[in-house]
Amino acid sequence: MAYETILYEQDGGVLTITLNRPDKLNAVTDTMLHELRDAFKQAKRDESVRAIILTGAGRGFCAGQDLASVKERDPSAGGFSYGAHLRHTYNPLILQMRELPKPIIAAVNGVAAGAGMSLVLACDLRIAADTASFLQAFIKIGLVPDSGSTWFLQRLVGPTRAMELMLRGTRISAQEAFDYGILNRVVPADRLMDETRALAAELAAAPTKAIGYIKRLADFAATHTLAETLEYEADMQELAGRTADHAEGLQAFLEKRAPTFQGR
Amino acid sequence: MYENIIVERPEPKIGLIRLNRPKRLNALNRALMSELAQALNEFAQDDEIVVVVLTGNERAFAAGADIGEFQGKNPVDMLKSYRFKEWEAVRTFPKPLIAAVSGWCLGGGNELAMTCDMIVASESAVFGQPEINLGIMPGAGGTQRLPRAVGKAIAMEVILADRRLTAQEAHQWGLVNHVVPTELYLEKALELARQIAQKPPLALQLAKEAILKSYEMTLAEGLQYERHNFYLLFASEDKDEGVAAFLEKRKPEWKGR
Repeated sequence: MAYETILYEQDGGVLTITLNRPDKLNAVTDTMLHELRDAFKQAKRDESVRAIILTGAGRGFCAGQDLASVKERDPSAGGFSYGAHLRHTYNPLILQMRELPKPIIAAVNGVAAGAGMSLVLACDLRIAADTASFLQAFIKIGLVPDSGSTWFLQRLVGPTRAMELMLRGTRISAQEAFDYGILNRVVPADRLMDETRALAAELAAAPTKAIGYIKRLADFAATHTLAETLEYEADMQELAGRTADHAEGLQAFLEKRAPTFQGR
Repeated sequence: MYENIIVERPEPKIGLIRLNRPKRLNALNRALMSELAQALNEFAQDDEIVVVVLTGNERAFAAGADIGEFQGKNPVDMLKSYRFKEWEAVRTFPKPLIAAVSGWCLGGGNELAMTCDMIVASESAVFGQPEINLGIMPGAGGTQRLPRAVGKAIAMEVILADRRLTAQEAHQWGLVNHVVPTELYLEKALELARQIAQKPPLALQLAKEAILKSYEMTLAEGLQYERHNFYLLFASEDKDEGVAAFLEKRKPEWKGR
């Protein structure tokens, strides 16, 4: 894959997407948004991809929207419309990540600020280096959290902490983020990629279809009633029950051996 | 043999028609509509068939009319083409007709789905009437059936502003009966068909007729129409069987007479 602002590297069933503007703390540009959408599209299509790692190159994970590129817009051409920009770029990207039927793991190597933090929150699992930090930086420049942060954050940390993080734009350490329930794990910085790859390899060997159905269910449950969710569970279980991996899982259980899941 | 549709009998009493121009997202050209009319007429006269499911494929129920057929046409051409003749076979189909919709359901496609009696939609279905973008407007019932389904305000927005409705929105506003995961939409439609297939065919036909009349008559006329159909069913063997089976606490066996 020839991308300018990201790296797309596959090793076995694990795809690693690396935000790659290290001299700018991987701040997000239009090109990067476009490339991320393309990369996730490829990742969805390619059956050999069964788990995805999202990480950043250099010392930061992602500093959020590249504000230089906002300032550059020609005001005579109507200036910069945040609403239109979000609707056309970040919003579909975040939905695409949630709708991708494969596990996405954030490997947070450094600061994740603003929309960079939103990207972390939109992943399914989150591991951070102990040197990483997180902030809802939006308020610092008079903006509001976007790219799903207001939705994800409350669910992860509860409304009390979410409100303080959003209103004050306070920077929290990886350990604090872990204590708040944002992260699955905090690891020493030099162990980050090994730990993440081990987890990704485990998930890449798991029944991929069922993982996709679990993602759909979890997001559905967040916005529906118990009765509706029970019905959706029945639908998803129906689908999971028809997968080859379920047949293999059942067979292996009966034969008292370890299953070999193909992701089908 | 059909070229633009596939006609199946997936199980007893149930007919299935698949619109099959996948490369054109099932655009409804004359040939397709003519085949659809023919297939429906055959199912209408077939005593073995109680209910019919009409579907497209996962990407599209039908993305609209075949726009190529509009090029260079004047009103007289359109009038003389008598192009809505085939739609009468859908509108007047006497048995329950279920649309199983996934993907694009636009323009003529949406009008076709609305001409059916019920709609089962996949999560990925999108409903709309984009004719306005071509300098025209819906011509196969869109301006009449959509407001009856979703109300005036939403219908205006859909038809005048090309507002597209998601499956959830369409469900919320009464256009569709069920929204299910994309992988299961056809099965859900067949499940609904299976429930209906167990009912007495004559009563299905007369009840469907009476419901459709509710859009065309005053309440007084409609109530009278309903009563006539109600009385008429007392002349059927199925009514005797249904009442007897109920009193004897057994399952009725319908004869369709």
